[in-house]
Amino acid sequence: MTMINPGKIKKDFPIFRVKVHGKPLTYLDSAATSQKPMQVIDAISNYYRTYNANIHRGIYEISEKATEAYVESKRKVAKLINAKGIEEIVYVRNTTEAINLVALSWAEQNLKKGDVVLITEMEHHSNIVPWQLLARRKGISFKYVRINSAKDGLDMEDFKEKLEEYRPKLVSVVHASNVLGTINDVKSIARSSHKYGAKVLVDGAQSVPHMRVDVSEIGCDFLAFSGHKMLGPAGIGVLYARSDILNETEPMFGGGDMIKDVSLNSSVWNDLPWKFEAGTSNIEGGIGLGAAVDYLSKLGMQSIRKHEEELTRYALNSLSEIKGVKVYGPGIKNVNDRVGVISFSLQGVHSHDIASIFDREGIAIRAGHHCAIPLVRGVLGEPSLSRMSFYIYNSESDIDRAASAILKAKEIFKMV
Amino acid sequence: MDNLFAEQIISNYEHPHNKGKIANPTVTQHEFNPTCGDELTLYLKIKDGKISDVKFEGDGCAISMASASMLTDLVKGKSLAEIEKMGVKDIIDLIGLDPGPARLKCATLSLRTLKEAVFISEHKKPDLATKQL
Ligand SMILES: Cc1ncc(COP(=O)(O)O)c(C=O)c1O
Repeated sequence: MTMINPGKIKKDFPIFRVKVHGKPLTYLDSAATSQKPMQVIDAISNYYRTYNANIHRGIYEISEKATEAYVESKRKVAKLINAKGIEEIVYVRNTTEAINLVALSWAEQNLKKGDVVLITEMEHHSNIVPWQLLARRKGISFKYVRINSAKDGLDMEDFKEKLEEYRPKLVSVVHASNVLGTINDVKSIARSSHKYGAKVLVDGAQSVPHMRVDVSEIGCDFLAFSGHKMLGPAGIGVLYARSDILNETEPMFGGGDMIKDVSLNSSVWNDLPWKFEAGTSNIEGGIGLGAAVDYLSKLGMQSIRKHEEELTRYALNSLSEIKGVKVYGPGIKNVNDRVGVISFSLQGVHSHDIASIFDREGIAIRAGHHCAIPLVRGVLGEPSLSRMSFYIYNSESDIDRAASAILKAKEIFKMV
Repeated sequence: MDNLFAEQIISNYEHPHNKGKIANPTVTQHEFNPTCGDELTLYLKIKDGKISDVKFEGDGCAISMASASMLTDLVKGKSLAEIEKMGVKDIIDLIGLDPGPARLKCATLSLRTLKEAVFISEHKKPDLATKQL
């Protein structure tokens, strides 16, 4: 396993040459979106500059080249998550769209009034609201698996009871929480859910960019993730779905590219995955995502994971030394159970004020409800939280800067 | 650091003026800033077309709570017509800084709530400028 060298990696990311408030940028908000390396920026601009053309259509060199680059990016993604092939890789805009696509196609076609979708209290709004909408359209209902606060994880007893009681048709669960950092045991969730005949959707927005995620090992039916959180551009995301499910599902959008043949009254759908990609795709997005996957694969997902575990341990240690700081999610003894996302609060200082103080120090962190109001306000009982999150370009010195910014906030708010 | 957390803001945050409830308010208005969760309830007493008393309760960041403290000081005795005309500039002058686009909504939360309360007391709909604060 190679060691991650953030100093060297930073050189690939032009943004780190930019100054904010006259200071070098310390970027601790990769859970919101990651920064982009030259390799990705170049792949996109190279497409525009040297082979810009529509795909699947042109019988000429640059179109064939564009098609090949787009398809090749799907092969890379399929390999990254160990899918059977590109037929299981549907490109969408982001995680949110991937989940909505499942709700609007597979769930729309297979669930009926009274059926249950089982989600959890740990979900991002993108894995809550689509089911609320489906409930309104179809009269299905959705239930929440509780969080075991003592463990900062899902209450697995509650999960098993709800499986037994509600016999859900779908279990949809976040792999790694964007608030607590908790990594859920999606493999065991999938196994139990399948015993009850439920399909399983995993929200991989915070896991796929940071660790090895293997769909065949997990055994999930669907996996959703976003390109922009894994060094790729915004506007491209992935729905992985088992090919037998995709084969049996009607497409949601109709139009060009998703058909083989069109007659006046009916059409023959195209092969997978194209059946689910109507119209001209986000070609440059796919190509950029391919370059991002190359970059990650070269580093190795296990090395990335190890680097972030070490940073997380270091950060949990630093934060534990500052009085008045409360950290959420699994503690330092359980760094294995969490990703590099650390939400915290500072007694007497609102998270927005913390973020503003950090900003003046050139440090980007997130503050707010993190698109998980039921978790942050409901379960944790906080109006809002500050959050730092790590990636391959972060080092211990970034965390030291964050720790001094917290001390500065305490000083400004006379909390010392 | 520039004056985002000037002494005035911090002291108004830590020792807010006009914090609390009014027994029989003419209007009570509650507002909420969905992005950051700042919450504010304003109690207004109106007499002869003027604000005779105002108090607030709330929970939020220093910028929103300090501006509520300073704004409630400022508007006591003002006529409803004067308050209807207030805008972003009045808040920036009051707190002595432009907090920037990311924090402006925090600063204007109290003014938005106040203007809404005034419009409601006059049985009018809040105008567009108020809703956009
Ligand atoms: C756990 C989780 N799920 C879903 C999303 C939504 O991702 P996107 O906004 O790219 O659709 C996010 C991103 O914030 C997330 O952290």
